[in-house]
Amino acid sequence: MIKIDAQNVDFYYGDFHALKNISMQIEANTSVAFIGPSGCGKSTFLRLFNRMNDLIPDTHLEGKIFIDGRDIYNKGEKVDTLRKNVGMVFQKPNPFPKTIFENVAYGLRVNGIKDNEYIEETVVKSLKQVVLWDEVKDKLKDSAFALSGGQQQRLCIARALAISPSILLMDEPTSALDPISTGKIEDLIHELKKEYTIVIVTHNMQQAARVSDKTGYFYLGELIEYGETRKIFTNPEKESTQNYITGRFG
Amino acid sequence: MAPVQKLGNIDLKKRTSQRFAFSFFTLLSYLVVAILFVILGFIIIKGGSVISWDFLTKAPEDGMTKGGIFPAIVGTFYLILGSSIISFPIGIMSGIYMNEYATNGKLVRFIRIMTNNLSGVPSVVFGLFGMSLFVNTLGWGDSIIAGSFTLALMSLPLIIRTTEEALKSIDDSFRHGSLALGATKLQTIRRVVLPMAFPNIITGLILSVGRVSGETAPILFTVAAYFLPQLPGSIFDQCMALPYHLYVISTSGTDIEASRGMAYGTALVLIVIVLVVNLLANLLRNYFAKKVKMN
Repeated sequence: MIKIDAQNVDFYYGDFHALKNISMQIEANTSVAFIGPSGCGKSTFLRLFNRMNDLIPDTHLEGKIFIDGRDIYNKGEKVDTLRKNVGMVFQKPNPFPKTIFENVAYGLRVNGIKDNEYIEETVVKSLKQVVLWDEVKDKLKDSAFALSGGQQQRLCIARALAISPSILLMDEPTSALDPISTGKIEDLIHELKKEYTIVIVTHNMQQAARVSDKTGYFYLGELIEYGETRKIFTNPEKESTQNYITGRFG
Repeated sequence: MAPVQKLGNIDLKKRTSQRFAFSFFTLLSYLVVAILFVILGFIIIKGGSVISWDFLTKAPEDGMTKGGIFPAIVGTFYLILGSSIISFPIGIMSGIYMNEYATNGKLVRFIRIMTNNLSGVPSVVFGLFGMSLFVNTLGWGDSIIAGSFTLALMSLPLIIRTTEEALKSIDDSFRHGSLALGATKLQTIRRVVLPMAFPNIITGLILSVGRVSGETAPILFTVAAYFLPQLPGSIFDQCMALPYHLYVISTSGTDIEASRGMAYGTALVLIVIVLVVNLLANLLRNYFAKKVKMN
């Protein structure tokens, strides 16, 4: 089943042509990695899926993006409804200055859920999903800032999962973390893709190879190659891809 | 051998000039504190003896050479309250608009320049403006409401500015995190941004209260009464106010020499009010800063 369907997407920051005629289909319950050198447009493309680029003034999109068959840039589409369905984890862990519990409950509360029992159940479930529960169960009322960077990032994933999205976007989620925390999050991605569609931007080639089913290689705003991760990393079709993954540039 | 020697000399020189510079800076900052203490000490010595229960709770008597300053204290509190009710919401909401909503950079810059200019307008001009608009054109007469509006106008630029700065210092990653969870912009501001910015916003509010409580010129033509033995009964009544009372008994009282002590007492009360307000602000600020972290 096709979850995300981008058709002939062009994107501009002012006059700068950041994405050039990109088409890509992402299947449900798979994980896809976007790789490519800095400034190649992979993060920009990712942020189109939950319309985070709307926040940047003077940008402009051409082409269409469908999620579950709905044109998400159609006039009638509500952006907050979209974002409920398409969760996002950022490069730097960004928990709110609230308690651990309230961080996870936040998404539920802003989406109008008042049933405290349900909120509590969901918070516990989400924290267990990201394997953080055992570490925080005795300090749910402590500030989220007291957690380590890796714990904070898992908290942010739990926060995103609590509102039961079907897609999880991850924008270099481990670039600010140590190797052990990174390993934990990669394990998590393996678990999560059973239930969610995961799109991850990464600068770490091994990470892309480890966590993704498919990989897209971006260069200068173009999608150079997109296919099975195994094939991209062992036998890419394009020379540019070959050069990048072998570290000859980037 | 020689170059090392030379280097050593430069080192010594560098350190000496650094030591000299920092001693100078330290001295200057101590001087500022010292001046503050001298002023405070002076007022306390001159005015302390006047302070009594009667002074704080009675109206002036005998051509303001005796009695107390109760109506002026109450009047000042009314004006603080009145102007705050007007200026806090308008100022905070304008600040929120400018930092969170306005997308038109030129418009925001224009508003910012205008508010900056407004904060540079001498307070006596605000007084004149308030008199012409609120007292005469709107026909409110010399009244608490006219004075409150005038003071509110005067303190708006400061409140807008500090609110804007407080919001600006909140990293966008918090906003994005909230928006990415399907929160609306308003929810994001109310639940994430404002609580974080609140401690700094409070500072701005309190600074404005300090300014409002001490200003004489804006209330001169809009509300302040020369002498009023009874308390105001409604917002359309005139009232006495500490700074104006101080001005009156030091310059145009019935017997300036005789009311000298009263003047220092009034000054002391005014300063204590401002200090207490500032102290309160700090406590509130710390309280909210802690709450934001833990909650």
